[in-house]
Amino acid sequence: MSKHDSKSEENKVTESAPIKAHEFDSHFKYEITEEHGGEKLKHCFQCGTCTSDCPIARFSDSYRPRTLIRMALLGLKDRVLSSETLWLCAACFTCTDRCPQDIEVASIIRILRNAAVHRGGIPLIFKELGSSILETGIAYRIPELRLKKRETTGLPQLPKSNPEDIAKLAKATGFSKLLKRNEKT
Amino acid sequence: MTTPKKSPNSSSKFLLFLGCAIPYRVTSYEISTRKVLAKLGITLIEMTEYNCCGLPIDPVNHEMMVALAARNLCLAEKQGLNIVTLCPGCAGTLRKVNKKLKQNKELRERINGYLKETGLEFKGTIEAKHLLQLLVEDIGLERIKDKVKRPLTNMNVTEHAGCHVSRPADGVDFENPEDPEALKNLIEVTGAKYVDYTDKIACCGAPIAGVNDRIPLQLTREKLVHVKEAGAQALITVCPFCHMMFDTNQPRIERMFNESFKTPVLHYPQLLGLAMDFSPEELDLKGLRVDPTKIVSQIHGAKKGDSKW
Ligand code: SF4
Ligand code: SF4
Repeated sequence: MSKHDSKSEENKVTESAPIKAHEFDSHFKYEITEEHGGEKLKHCFQCGTCTSDCPIARFSDSYRPRTLIRMALLGLKDRVLSSETLWLCAACFTCTDRCPQDIEVASIIRILRNAAVHRGGIPLIFKELGSSILETGIAYRIPELRLKKRETTGLPQLPKSNPEDIAKLAKATGFSKLLKRNEKT
Repeated sequence: MTTPKKSPNSSSKFLLFLGCAIPYRVTSYEISTRKVLAKLGITLIEMTEYNCCGLPIDPVNHEMMVALAARNLCLAEKQGLNIVTLCPGCAGTLRKVNKKLKQNKELRERINGYLKETGLEFKGTIEAKHLLQLLVEDIGLERIKDKVKRPLTNMNVTEHAGCHVSRPADGVDFENPEDPEALKNLIEVTGAKYVDYTDKIACCGAPIAGVNDRIPLQLTREKLVHVKEAGAQALITVCPFCHMMFDTNQPRIERMFNESFKTPVLHYPQLLGLAMDFSPEELDLKGLRVDPTKIVSQIHGAKKGDSKW
């Protein structure tokens, strides 16, 4: 279990601490609207549909997509990017499908996560998935026994992967650099 | 590339994109799918090479997700065939990226810049589909019904299709996520009685199981309660992750909440396969955590407790 477990989620205080004037970064919303999926951020009128229909919000005391959107709009960059609740979105896209303003809510949360990783805050599980993809081409390391069992059950061998080509893509997109930067966190 | 070659309305040959979760721990889904599709006249071709669809690392780096998905699409283009996936996450990712790359020249050129170093280029000549879409669009309910030899009459069945089968609606472009019909219709062609339940289209929480060990189990537990209240004898899934939540984790949920469900969770091809008169062995029902003996006995009219299969 990483530090992003259920207990720390309930104890987090960053979002509810009083906001200081210097925390507002008025440019932050434009960093989001420039990204694919973030274009309509400014259309949010805080109706709350996303939060009321969010499956995670129903069982979490702190996870609220509307709050994340509001924080992004206000430019509370440090707060929102260091918020552990950012990692609770299940990417079910219910909010995206139901937002009356056509905002891709789940995509905005993904943009915020990408930005958080950029600053060095990546939950353990994503480090593991990422390094597995770099090494094996797929997200999970399949035990030798499983591969043998495929043969005995008459399933064809898995298609081969190509770590050299994956490494090239990881380099070009900046993915390998991101994982390295996050190595010690 | 402005007008990508239109894919034929229906085809009988597909490249099988296995993804990561199925070969890792949900092989019963793969085994049963292969059996059932072969009988329905679909030829599955193995990919010569593949990699993760990209979805798991979308939260880390969207650009790499797009590149990984694009690479798979390019590999399929080289083999000249449309892709079918068993995982809705893979299907949704490949469909969304395929659409974006076809529509957005700037993105396409950038991604092709990365792919060039690996000798590939995205051209936009193929489609990717999830198994459900293949079943309803390329085979069709009528043809499936023709192959049902042992109608599952007197059996109450329901579904958890999984969010990514149809969400986000714009991008996946399959069915209305607020009122899905595909899996319902597919269950009904087996002869089973489809039962509805409260919050049927709600998420199971699987995607955050790696960062939070409580919420996904609470979500899944609540759905299991509703499924039981509705009187369903089996729950049908078409997603490896949803299946792990409802089947693999069911005993854990029962212990945690001190409840008893004992609801068998079958991959749709297993249900259809039973109705097509495949044996439980052929469909790898042994690969399920929650014992489905009760429903198999009902179908086969076997004596209670007879679980020789
Ligand atoms: S549903 Fe859309 S408009 Fe309403 S609060 Fe959420 S993001 Fe804003
Ligand atoms: S995509 Fe994330 S924020 Fe939106 S409804 Fe699903 S879990 Fe909630």
